[in-house]
Amino acid sequence: MSLAAATADDPNALGHQPDADAGGVANQRIIVGYGFWIFLVSDIVMFAAFFAAYAVLSDATAGGPAGRQLFDLKTTAIETACLLLSSFTCGLATIAAHVERRGWFQAAMAATFVLGATFIGLEVHELAGLVAGGNGPQRSGFLSAFFALVGCHGLHVTLGLLWLSTMMAQVVAKGFRDDILRRILCFSLFWHALDIIWVALFTVVYLIGSIT
Amino acid sequence: MDRPCLPVDSSHLLRAGRRLMLFAPVVLTACSGGVLDPRGPVGHDEVQIMGDALAIMLAVVVPVILMTAAFAWWFRASNTRAKYLPDWSHSGQIELVVWFIPLLVILLLSGVIWTGSHTLDPAQPLRSKAAPLEVQVVSLDWKWLFIYPAQGIASVNSVVVPAGTPVHFSLTSASVMSAFFVPQLGSMIYTMNGMTTQLNLAADRPGTYPGRSSHYNGEGFSDMHFALTALPPAGFAAWVAAARAGPTLDAARYQQLERQSVNVRPATYGSVAPRLFDAIVTQRLAPAPGPQLATAATVQPRIPRTK
Amino acid sequence: MNLLGKLTWAAIPIDSPLPIISSLVVGTAIVGVLGWVVVKGYFPYVWREWLTSVDHKRVGVMYCLLALVMLLRGFTDAVMMRTQQALAFRSDGYLPPEHYNQVFSSHGTIMIFFVAMPFVIGLMNFVVPLQLGIRDVAFPTLNSVGFWLTATGALLVNISLVVGEFARTGWLPYPPLSELAYSPGVGVDYYLWALQISGVGTLLTGINLVTTILKTRAPGMSLLRMPMFCWTSLASNLLIVAAFPVLTATLAMLTLDRYLGFHFFTNDAGGNVMMFMNLIWAWGHPEVYILILPAFGIFSEVIATFSSKPLFGYRSMVLATMAICVLAFMVWLHHFFTMGAGADVNAFFGIMTTIIAVPTGVKVFNWLFTMYGGRIRYEPPVLWAIGFIITFVIGGMTGVLLALPPVDFLLHNSLFLVAHFHNVIIGGVLFGVFAGYTYWFPKAFGFRLHSGLGKAAFWFWLVGFYVAFMPLYVLGLLGMTRRMQHYDVAAWRPWLLVAAGGAALILVGIVLLIVQLVVSIRRREELRDVDGDPWNGRTLEWATPSPPPVYNFAVLPEVSGDDAYWTTKQSARDAHPPAYGPIELPRNSPTGIVCAFFATVMGFALIWHIWWMVVVGFFGAWATFVVFAWRDQVDDILGADEVERIDRDAHRGTRAPALAGAAA
Repeated sequence: MSLAAATADDPNALGHQPDADAGGVANQRIIVGYGFWIFLVSDIVMFAAFFAAYAVLSDATAGGPAGRQLFDLKTTAIETACLLLSSFTCGLATIAAHVERRGWFQAAMAATFVLGATFIGLEVHELAGLVAGGNGPQRSGFLSAFFALVGCHGLHVTLGLLWLSTMMAQVVAKGFRDDILRRILCFSLFWHALDIIWVALFTVVYLIGSIT
Repeated sequence: MDRPCLPVDSSHLLRAGRRLMLFAPVVLTACSGGVLDPRGPVGHDEVQIMGDALAIMLAVVVPVILMTAAFAWWFRASNTRAKYLPDWSHSGQIELVVWFIPLLVILLLSGVIWTGSHTLDPAQPLRSKAAPLEVQVVSLDWKWLFIYPAQGIASVNSVVVPAGTPVHFSLTSASVMSAFFVPQLGSMIYTMNGMTTQLNLAADRPGTYPGRSSHYNGEGFSDMHFALTALPPAGFAAWVAAARAGPTLDAARYQQLERQSVNVRPATYGSVAPRLFDAIVTQRLAPAPGPQLATAATVQPRIPRTK
Repeated sequence: MNLLGKLTWAAIPIDSPLPIISSLVVGTAIVGVLGWVVVKGYFPYVWREWLTSVDHKRVGVMYCLLALVMLLRGFTDAVMMRTQQALAFRSDGYLPPEHYNQVFSSHGTIMIFFVAMPFVIGLMNFVVPLQLGIRDVAFPTLNSVGFWLTATGALLVNISLVVGEFARTGWLPYPPLSELAYSPGVGVDYYLWALQISGVGTLLTGINLVTTILKTRAPGMSLLRMPMFCWTSLASNLLIVAAFPVLTATLAMLTLDRYLGFHFFTNDAGGNVMMFMNLIWAWGHPEVYILILPAFGIFSEVIATFSSKPLFGYRSMVLATMAICVLAFMVWLHHFFTMGAGADVNAFFGIMTTIIAVPTGVKVFNWLFTMYGGRIRYEPPVLWAIGFIITFVIGGMTGVLLALPPVDFLLHNSLFLVAHFHNVIIGGVLFGVFAGYTYWFPKAFGFRLHSGLGKAAFWFWLVGFYVAFMPLYVLGLLGMTRRMQHYDVAAWRPWLLVAAGGAALILVGIVLLIVQLVVSIRRREELRDVDGDPWNGRTLEWATPSPPPVYNFAVLPEVSGDDAYWTTKQSARDAHPPAYGPIELPRNSPTGIVCAFFATVMGFALIWHIWWMVVVGFFGAWATFVVFAWRDQVDDILGADEVERIDRDAHRGTRAPALAGAAA
């Protein structure tokens, strides 16, 4: 049958060999990765809506404070560093999973968790400080948009931490099974995407907000 | 379907003064008050554009409908006289034509849209020798407040203007979004709290034209109508003079008025607190409250209805 | 803290009998059906083969079933509106405003989100993998989760009938009316959470089908060999992926306003209502094309098949589809020309809107030339298609009229607008899904639907539509605004009476559709589709037996041209005995239904502020996925000899003569 030969060259036909053992695993990896990319695109569209709302409402301070009176660049710089570093450790975890080194994988994932949790801790501390100072999201449209945008990212990171710990537990229980490797791929894509969104958020909200 | 709305006898109106506004609803139910019966330059031009665009499109749409029926009938399976082209699936020429026909129609319509949008922009002042009358409009739950800043008077659920004179409306809302619409005069426009929208209209001849909120805004929506009465200039002056005898609309009365209510009788105010409209737009007067609730109610209460 | 949040006995509307009675009827029906299933001992079968199925065909059928059931609910609302407006001349009618306002809000919400969407998605789910020549969608379990989340949304909307109230804000909850200050009840919260949860389901489907179409096609099925329905499905799902997140974000902002006192769209503290309108329509207009594009695809398939000809101008059609897909994002502002944005902005969006008429017009012409030179067999699907062309052309024309800002200034928010969008949604989307329903029904169940009753239903729908909605155009021109609970303009009344009569004709159409289904089930033996190809089809779904076995294709087809199955039939190449191999099938999984259970719990708890229950719902859903992720066996293997046995039984014996006939 010419089917196998045809599918080997045709990227559109990946994952379609009738035989179970004809390299279906790698193909499944492409399908899963592709689908997850599309999810990430949709997630970025959602963030774009929150960014748009922030842009519209950034001057709607309703007599309250503007960004430059509130933002502490030092804390956010540490947050940024944590998140960027966690992307690196997440990359290490992916490599460890690739070569199936459980110890390295768990260590890298644990480091990612710690860095992510630090990020969240600092963020919660910052937002709680704002609320305590009477500058919560109820204060003005600007602060609403700010809290929603930062909070939405923070919620993503928090859910990422839940996912991360689930993955660690799963590797302990099941090892590097193919489907688990695919999930690790998706998780790392997710984590890196959150990093990219944070870079945009840090620039648009904190850097530009502190200048203007 | 469009019985013409008879111009109301103006000498009678002169004498009748404010009683007219109570009478108006009876008059306007007698006529259709539709957009195809325009009584002002704006509505007239808009209906004209509607007709032109419709004609342009019908030139394509009617042949398409006829072709559909003809092809469907002629090429029925039982018709052995019809030719059968089992593999015919492509023709460069036909495809060129089918892309170009709608393209040409749209090109034509784009011209209509561009010029029409500019000449009939609601904020565009109307061309007229007469200076426009300024009217400020506030949509309340669920009635209309009209303030005449130059005359220093105001009215509720009834607006009187001089016929043949352009009217410049500045509009805002005290609470939720509504839309101001007098179908026979033309363009409608949204009213929004904290913002001002602009609308220029004119009535050609004296008459009473029904107006309403054309944007759903809650429970009293169906009753949120008003009458726009165009009077001859002398009649308008007399109406203003008569209205001056009314009470004062100060902030306290306004706050009474802005509470949710339906079927408020038309009324006039002889004087208005200075810059009341600006106070509403800039929210120095806070947005009007919604339904007043007993604590922890989970189902929105009914608004008591007076009919 | 109150253990039940805001929920008290006062939430049950004892004083208004209508919702109580109707929900009692619905509740009794549901319990009755469930009881019957259990008593008859069918429950294990229903659970195993349907509720936990991850087979795209089963999921597709369940989507369509949900849509049909919700159509009855949405249509009941429509009948209430039409009768209320027919009665409420200088009187209050029989529905007080607080009830009437809920009725039109739920009518719109249900018809768009829980009838049109699931019907279209159901058909895509069922058909796309079959047409692509593959065994399932890319992510079968996710597919099941998506369906059950949609069902959760539908359930929440129906719960609002008995517990609390539904939104009174229209199908799009424009602030500030939908803000807590002006809508303090739970109605808007029901709306928000029902849509938020079903929106997640829709997004999952979008991701799934985009991946399926772009990454998992049969060998040889290049993009430009895909059937037209696959192209329009691709466009529709790309729109879902790009537009639904905007809806999610917008509704989340309104939720934050209502729950946590944010100021996105409030009157005070710098909120901006115009932003809501921009955001909601940035989703809302693409949504229109999400619905209509698959319907266009259905018509393309149906017209080509029943004309016994290939689709005319296939590449033009592809180009037109993708053009609509892109342009859909550039027209949203035409929904609020009357906001006073200025002449340049209005003119730009007016022109962009009319430009969409170009690719749409091309499609209409191409359908016409597909019929030209054909041999049109008048079965119900093609009737729906021809009824669609004529009706849709009229609806498109009134749509272009409304795209002219000066005309929109007169007709916006009027019944003319209502007539326009019903003209394109009933005449386009609904006629499309009915065409698809009759066309693919024999594929799904192995027997055709009764043709005569189908034709009768079509004529009642078509005439009913014109009688119900042409008067609404007139009423719009007479200056009647939409959503009026009562009125006192005598000139409107006769037209509203006629429109109510039209609704009655449509009711007959719906009853006939139900009768058609019942009669067809009873006479299924004489309507049996023995060879899997009842319409002499052109695409790969007709190469499978009806109903297709769980694996769809015993041997994956190799595509070598356009109209894949037609080419095969012409050359009868399939007559060679195939080489059977073992097939991996995704295992059934209760993940979807269990997850939806927890989503329902969480949604209900969020609406009523029962915070402990929110936590239970969230962790329940998370635990469901963990359990799913933990399972060791992902696939079932069907051995080659088993495949061969099923295939020979179901397929070859009966279809061989047909193939020989086609070749001869």
